[in-house]
Amino acid sequence: MIQTPAQTAITVAMLAIGTMATRFLPFLFFPKGKKIPPYLQYLGRVLPYAVIGLLVVYCLKDVSLAAYPHGAPEAIALVVTGALHLWRRNTLLSLGAGTAAYMLLVQYIF
Amino acid sequence: MGTKKAALRAAFPLTLPILAGFTVLGMAFGVLLTRAGYAPWWAPLMSVVIFGGSIQYVAVGLLTAGFAPLYALLMALMVNARHLFYGITMLDKFRDTGKFKFYLIFGMCDETFSILATTPPPEGVDKRWFMFFVTLLDHLYWILGSALGALIGGALPFSTQGMDFVLTALFAVIFLNQWRDKRGRISALIGLAVPAVCLLIFGADTFLLPAMGALLVALTVLRRPLERGQNPV
Repeated sequence: MIQTPAQTAITVAMLAIGTMATRFLPFLFFPKGKKIPPYLQYLGRVLPYAVIGLLVVYCLKDVSLAAYPHGAPEAIALVVTGALHLWRRNTLLSLGAGTAAYMLLVQYIF
Repeated sequence: MGTKKAALRAAFPLTLPILAGFTVLGMAFGVLLTRAGYAPWWAPLMSVVIFGGSIQYVAVGLLTAGFAPLYALLMALMVNARHLFYGITMLDKFRDTGKFKFYLIFGMCDETFSILATTPPPEGVDKRWFMFFVTLLDHLYWILGSALGALIGGALPFSTQGMDFVLTALFAVIFLNQWRDKRGRISALIGLAVPAVCLLIFGADTFLLPAMGALLVALTVLRRPLERGQNPV
């Protein structure tokens, strides 16, 4: 299912506005010399870490552990991605191999 | 003319790793969006006006679900919340950049930030043009990659089923990279655990908003211990 062109344009505009808000707000709110509230500084430090966890969960939200194949393709591909990354520390290699492994798993095995 | 040329010459080599990364990731985005049923010009258009890797991948999911603009806005704010931190870091560096300032802020993606925050221009190179070219080159790589992906997306000779896993893999890799920084580990685990619990309670379709709220509450409640952890005595 895809959205109508008008809906798509609005969705894209919202994504652009949301993204730009995060880039421009510090410059609007904190011109020269203005102190940044400690609570915001704190969120600026911890949110980047926490949001990545949220996004991992978001990506896996439709995986069902109860039904076949019980999340096996995702688990295997994540192990491939993670192990390769810990070994070589090459982001593109880890992404490419992990994604290729997942495609092979869901297309040919499960 | 000499000023610009020198700045471009200083900026270009620094962006080469990003040329490789953005071409591949941009192509994957273009392929995914086009395969989802969108006309090929949507992918590069989104890369021009949004210019954010993670949120554009997430957008493919949002654009194949029902129309929910407010949800999209909140998602963009949450996914890109880290940019607030970049902005705060760059307040000083972008001061006095005049006509360049708007575009420098507009185009401050993770990779551009990582260069601009850590690499001063070489001696004698104009700082404003240097920062402008780093930002512009990265932006162009991302637009070209997604355009290329959108063009070949319809013609790929193999099934792309499962290719959306690139997003999962991307976040898993970022998670691992961040894990090396011990200060963020507890926040990272909270970021996994709180949304996972919300997913169990609310289900896949509605868990995201409660998860975002619960995450902010958890981080606010745990502020004291977490701040202590970040500044070991």
